[in-house]
Amino acid sequence: MSLHEAPAIEAKEVSLTFETADGPVHALSDVNLTVARGDFVSFIGPSGCGKTTFLRCVAALEHPTEGLLRVNGLSADEARRRRAFGYVFQAAGLYPWRTIAGNIRLPLEIMGFPREEQDRRVEEVLELVDLKGFGRKYPWQLSGGMQQRASIARALSFDADILLMDEPFGALDEIVRDRLNEELLKLWARTGKTIGFVTHSIPEAVYLSTKIVVMSPRPGRITDVIESSLPRERPLEIRDTPEFIEISHRVREGLRAGHSYE
Amino acid sequence: MMRSVLPVLTVVGVIVALWYGAAVWMNAPWARDQAARAGVELSLSELVADTMVQERPVLPAPHQVAEGLWTGVTGQKVTSKRSLVRHGWVTLSATLAGFAIGAGLGIALAVSIVQSRAMDLSLMPWAIASQTVPILAIAPMVIVVLASLGIKGLIPKAIISAYLSFFPVLVGMVKGLRAPDAMQLDLLKTYNASGIQGLWKLRLPASMPYLFASLKVAIAASLVGAIVAELPAGATSGLGARLLSGSYYGQTIQIWAALMAAAILAAGLVAIVGLLEKVVLRKMGMAR
Repeated sequence: MSLHEAPAIEAKEVSLTFETADGPVHALSDVNLTVARGDFVSFIGPSGCGKTTFLRCVAALEHPTEGLLRVNGLSADEARRRRAFGYVFQAAGLYPWRTIAGNIRLPLEIMGFPREEQDRRVEEVLELVDLKGFGRKYPWQLSGGMQQRASIARALSFDADILLMDEPFGALDEIVRDRLNEELLKLWARTGKTIGFVTHSIPEAVYLSTKIVVMSPRPGRITDVIESSLPRERPLEIRDTPEFIEISHRVREGLRAGHSYE
Repeated sequence: MMRSVLPVLTVVGVIVALWYGAAVWMNAPWARDQAARAGVELSLSELVADTMVQERPVLPAPHQVAEGLWTGVTGQKVTSKRSLVRHGWVTLSATLAGFAIGAGLGIALAVSIVQSRAMDLSLMPWAIASQTVPILAIAPMVIVVLASLGIKGLIPKAIISAYLSFFPVLVGMVKGLRAPDAMQLDLLKTYNASGIQGLWKLRLPASMPYLFASLKVAIAASLVGAIVAELPAGATSGLGARLLSGSYYGQTIQIWAALMAAAILAAGLVAIVGLLEKVVLRKMGMAR
């Protein structure tokens, strides 16, 4: 299998156990998952189900204690060294001493892009996240939603194949979140990236994803993987269709099966 | 403005009043003694008046100190041996040199401690131990040893001053360089950034508020170090030498005038660092 045909994320029997003072904690247990290139995959489940841990494993911020994990056909560490993914955290985490453009430039500086290339890419991603003209502003001059958009632009700036997002809109109110979800779908359509998205909101997961991974805690494991039948083009109103409600129902069932409501 | 000035003036007023009271009380025995020898009776007002104008009072009155300070600064050419400007400059130059060395050393050590676990374990205990040795015990040794090597004047004083000032900078910068949270460090990891890049792009800028807080402490400590360094080995110029010669000859007014000059110098230096802090942090968008 050549590098370009390898799935974006491939996990086989992945387990991760943290040794703590109170004994071992099974954060992930026998996770099997294949994410094709261009997929939008959401990880949903209650706290402690390992959704964030799995995403961190993909980003090589954590390392599985057992099993095989390939990212673009490479080990997670190798993929990280090749800068295969951009990571968006729950908090925007912009540097207060840099302007918005300066913040987006940060990964480009670290990766050694030439100056003109940096300028071009900053302008490009600013437009992509609808922040054109805000490059010279400082983070504190922007609202929370705009700051999070800037952090997405930062993750997009070096044009990695994979975008990993850990509850990126978790701290925002629902109205802002709806808009950002809509924009994220447009962005996904325009860039064709593979997106891994952690959330604990069922409507968010169903609205965004082509694939929904339902997880449950103690030990952290996958209880259901749902291939969405919704079309790729999704207006916000799609959330009122019977199909959407049916998928939401199945996610809820999956969560219930994992005793997530206990 | 008035709101902040009024409480300050009140406190100053209270201190000055207490000071005058103490001066009368402490200088009165000598005045009575003199009067008894001359065979005259002093009325209360005469007694009080006398305690204000003695040549070598136990405690000089505030106006005597102010006068001593004023004539020390303006009463002669700045090149005169009695000029406080000259002595102040001698101390100030050693203070600034010591501060530069101390701050540079503190920052360099903090960076090496944060970047290397081995340095953290081996260096920090020594840095802390260094501050438990009284500076008064070390200062004469440094001066004597360096003098035997032919190094005199500014350098030994600057070294002692740096000995006191590197520590607050070291402690503040270690804290500042470790200020970035796990998420920000993870973010750099996803960019596959090197340790040096992390230092330049994240840790150093994030440490600026801590740096300035510790620089304010350090510059005051530098001044103390420079003055202490002037006490042993018979230095003839500098505020410390002025303090020492004053105490040899019972010139209490001279001692207090030198003390006040040192205090004003310290306040000025801290204010300058504070101003710099405001400008830099505002420019960096980190002002609080």
